[in-house]
Amino acid sequence: MTIKSNIPKGPLDKKWSNHKFNMKLVNPANRRKYKIIVVGTGLAGASVAATLGELGYNVHSFCYHESPRRAHSIAAQGGINAPKNYSNDGDSVYRLFYDTIKGGDYRAREANVYRLAEVSGSIIDQCVAQGVPFARDYAGYLDNRSFGGAQVARTFYARGQTGQQLLLGAYAALNRQIDAGSVKFYERREMLDLVMVEGKARGIIARNLINGKIESYAADAVVLATGGYANVFFLSTNAKASNATAVWRAHKRGALFANPCFTQIHPTCIPVSGEHQSKLTLMSESLRNDGRVWVPKQKGDSRQANQIPENERDYYLERLYPSFGNLVPRDVASRRAKEMCDNGYGVGSSKMAVYLDFADAIKRLGKDAIFEKYGNLLDMYKQITGEDPYQVPMRIYPAVHYTMGGLWVDYNLMSSISGLFILGEANFSDHGANRLGASALMQGLADGYFIAPYTISNYLASNKFSPVKEEQKEFTDAENSVTSTINKLLSIDGNKTVDEFHREFGKVMWDYVGMGRTKQGLQKALKLLPEIRSKFWKEVKITGNAHDINTELEKAQRVADFMELGELIAIDALHREESCGGHFREEFQTEEGEAKRNDKKFSYVAAWEFSGKPGSPKLNKEKLDFEEVHPSQRSYK
Amino acid sequence: MNPFFKFINSSVGKKILMSLTGMLLSIFLVEHLAGNLLLLKNDSGEAFNAYAKFMGGNPIVRTMEIGLLGIILLHIFNGIRLWLENRGARDKKYDSYQLSENTTLQSRMMKLSAALFLWFLIVHMRTFWFHARILGEHDIASLVYSTFQQLWYVVFYLGSLVVVGFHLRHGFQSAFQTLGLRTKKYQSLIDFIAVLFWFVIPAGFAFITIFIYLYKGNAVALAQ
Amino acid sequence: MNLTLKVWRQKDKNDEGRFIEYSAKNISPDMSFLEMLDIVNIDLVKKGETPIVFDHDCREGICGSCGMMINGRAHGPGRGIATCQLHMRSFADDDEIVIEPWRAKSFPVLKDLMVDRTSFERIMRSGGYTSAKTGGIPDGNSILVPKPVADEAFDAAACIGCGACVAACPNSSAMLFVSAKVSQLALLPQGQAERETRVQRMVAQMDEEKFGSCSNTYACEAECPKGISVVHIARLNREYITAQL
Repeated sequence: MTIKSNIPKGPLDKKWSNHKFNMKLVNPANRRKYKIIVVGTGLAGASVAATLGELGYNVHSFCYHESPRRAHSIAAQGGINAPKNYSNDGDSVYRLFYDTIKGGDYRAREANVYRLAEVSGSIIDQCVAQGVPFARDYAGYLDNRSFGGAQVARTFYARGQTGQQLLLGAYAALNRQIDAGSVKFYERREMLDLVMVEGKARGIIARNLINGKIESYAADAVVLATGGYANVFFLSTNAKASNATAVWRAHKRGALFANPCFTQIHPTCIPVSGEHQSKLTLMSESLRNDGRVWVPKQKGDSRQANQIPENERDYYLERLYPSFGNLVPRDVASRRAKEMCDNGYGVGSSKMAVYLDFADAIKRLGKDAIFEKYGNLLDMYKQITGEDPYQVPMRIYPAVHYTMGGLWVDYNLMSSISGLFILGEANFSDHGANRLGASALMQGLADGYFIAPYTISNYLASNKFSPVKEEQKEFTDAENSVTSTINKLLSIDGNKTVDEFHREFGKVMWDYVGMGRTKQGLQKALKLLPEIRSKFWKEVKITGNAHDINTELEKAQRVADFMELGELIAIDALHREESCGGHFREEFQTEEGEAKRNDKKFSYVAAWEFSGKPGSPKLNKEKLDFEEVHPSQRSYK
Repeated sequence: MNPFFKFINSSVGKKILMSLTGMLLSIFLVEHLAGNLLLLKNDSGEAFNAYAKFMGGNPIVRTMEIGLLGIILLHIFNGIRLWLENRGARDKKYDSYQLSENTTLQSRMMKLSAALFLWFLIVHMRTFWFHARILGEHDIASLVYSTFQQLWYVVFYLGSLVVVGFHLRHGFQSAFQTLGLRTKKYQSLIDFIAVLFWFVIPAGFAFITIFIYLYKGNAVALAQ
Repeated sequence: MNLTLKVWRQKDKNDEGRFIEYSAKNISPDMSFLEMLDIVNIDLVKKGETPIVFDHDCREGICGSCGMMINGRAHGPGRGIATCQLHMRSFADDDEIVIEPWRAKSFPVLKDLMVDRTSFERIMRSGGYTSAKTGGIPDGNSILVPKPVADEAFDAAACIGCGACVAACPNSSAMLFVSAKVSQLALLPQGQAERETRVQRMVAQMDEEKFGSCSNTYACEAECPKGISVVHIARLNREYITAQL
């Protein structure tokens, strides 16, 4: 397969505006005739559905919850970046572009990232107009804070619930269109297959989660904004239902999967408390603005944190990275925390945690100021651990949080399948090998509000569409294949639950395809993962039937797909013989323990093609050209 | 539908009707208490009877009285309507429902206190108002003095005042909340005024009752 | 810990429903309430029975999916938390725990503890937004919102739409939910243009969904996982009255 990124010609800062001018338009009177399916209602899905509806297209929005507001974007805490330079600290579109490219360890496309930085300012304006209650100062101006990987304060926030407020903004915009009749909303529907007609994406198969009906929906274009796949690890900070089924099934229909091994491990999560743990809880990166990370200088120190004197504490991030200190990017902070614990400096009963301490900040700013900034996060911590972070330092440990990889898309956010657009975390485009904090919200909304509406219009205007009906063969075939998978799962009647399999699979993923990866480990994983998968298809037990609400059946399908995707992640990680961003191969590191890239061999996007059988994908490469920024060893010292 | 009826039949409108009628009735209590204070005068009830005569004879007051009756009926019927609708909003009841963890006793007892209040109102009107307005008697003060020599009536009356206090304890601030006036700024002021209504006024009535029971026995004996 | 659970089981909308007793054994006090139910469900599946169905997703108290009546309290004992944030250390060994779905005519039970809250969706669609078009918007700082106003608007906007207010209310009233959105947008300059129509439409939709009327018991505020204040209900009332004038 030849892959074309379709990056427009011209200077970097003119590419997007030139491209917008060159794109074809659909006459407002004709827009209603085009039907567009949008799957997912998080930041990217809700914003694109609302915007397309507003433009006048006939939009159909699908959500597996009863409300768009439940999408996992809601849980994002810290903030959203925009180079407004309101803080007067020298920020600019170029600086945000540069920080993002560097933060992504030079594995992202320059043109995409520049465009992201370029439109991000409008996102703030848009959200303000929607009534998003961003933090303000007493004069009424928008307030900013700083985030990892940047030396300017460009992060806009709404306490520790920025994702919630932005999603509610997009949700409101979507509601407005539903009310106006331009968007039809389908609740509790899970997409289970992509339908292609004459080589183009022309519809989806969805299961009605209430009555189990398999339903077909035809359209002229399909948009997937279904989020990331961090739940492949079982324990992650993602919501329990977050899954990769939609993108994985699109992949099996021909969409390339890019850089699956680029997974982000977030440094500040609440440590695992026991075998029963069902998911992990993130503590916003913004905490690193005022919290100081440390471990005891003495190995295996079992004293209480408060009993360890100042001179026996190792503030290792401040020591190793004097200029960025506690605000180094996530991949660096996570790796260092793991290293500290692996070397025996870990704290807490499991010894798999480091301290994040607010004592100094409380002393400096007062408890009230800390409460004002982080109150809800600290309360959340207290609720989960039973410890009061105002009194004792928090214990934190890295956890899987975000996936930079995703379905491959070109500059227009269209996948390798014509008419299939991928937005937000579900695509691979903007974050390279590591995402900077407060950039996910930015990307989701940029894709949804300001990029995809243009590129989708262009696609619709430049193509001819033969009429497609839900009764035709392509749809009935896809329905039958979905139904037979469901029936097969229900008929196994083994002895292990879906969760038990997922946990077992996730453990292997975390142990061998997690934070520190090695050739041997990955090879071992590639032996174990298919074994677990084949056991799953023989021994899983799902009760109930396919004709009403069956949460076990829903989970089983998602886990079945994770088990194929997990293997692809390991294959990708094994093939990429370098370390970059979130992908850390222990064999490839600098003397100081930093990720060591191999730009000569691996400065490309690995876009994997499904070969018809899981475990044997075909590699396609999209070379990354850096015209503006010169890839160098990242340094945050 | 006429915008006014649409408004008054909306869930918020119904509550507003409840709160406005309740507030007017509360104001009536102030007038009633002021009048009753005349009973404390050591003049064999002359002043009170003159006041009663004025109230019974003045056409403006009589009109207002009919209005008051209307307000009471509106308050009652609207209350019953709300109660039935609210009951219907939960078709299946909880098996375990710890409302006491989150709400005040007074707010939970609104319907009960309203029913007891109504019962009291009927007895109270039969005892006094019926004699004054329907039978046209003039010496109402003596009727009051003699009635409150009966211990059971005093106890019933005092008990009823507790019910009134309960009803107003929740109702008064609730009326302000419904009218949107119970804002953060004025919350404490409203709670302070509320004390006048749910405590001071019922206590005033109670004081008069007890006073009459203790000190007006002679007056009754004298009259006889 | 070992616990006895009395759980509401109901096959679908039309089923009568009943309580079934389960025992939860070897529960760690560090588990969350939902993790405890996960364990019960694994047992049920292994025995060939259908697991207890309940809505849940983020498990960190922000998505608003979870919600059940636990021992007669919406989201269980404790203040300011959703069901997923409730931990088993709030219970004692050998406790009996009664678990019921939210009960309100406007929240029909779909299955077991899962209810249909789309009535909330219809209310939001009837006006819970500003009609800001994408693009063509002035700079964010051109609309000034002083911190106290932004903070109060945020307090209202923190609503997660879980429905605990309705569940806890003796009248199944949705006033706290509706008022949170009305109040947020009434406070902010961005919400002014549609201020009157918004409150009228949202209240009309709320009534159409057959939620009860607010009788100011404030049970909603006490059980709201985000501690949203009834001050917002007062503001809704005020907005509704002034919209009539």
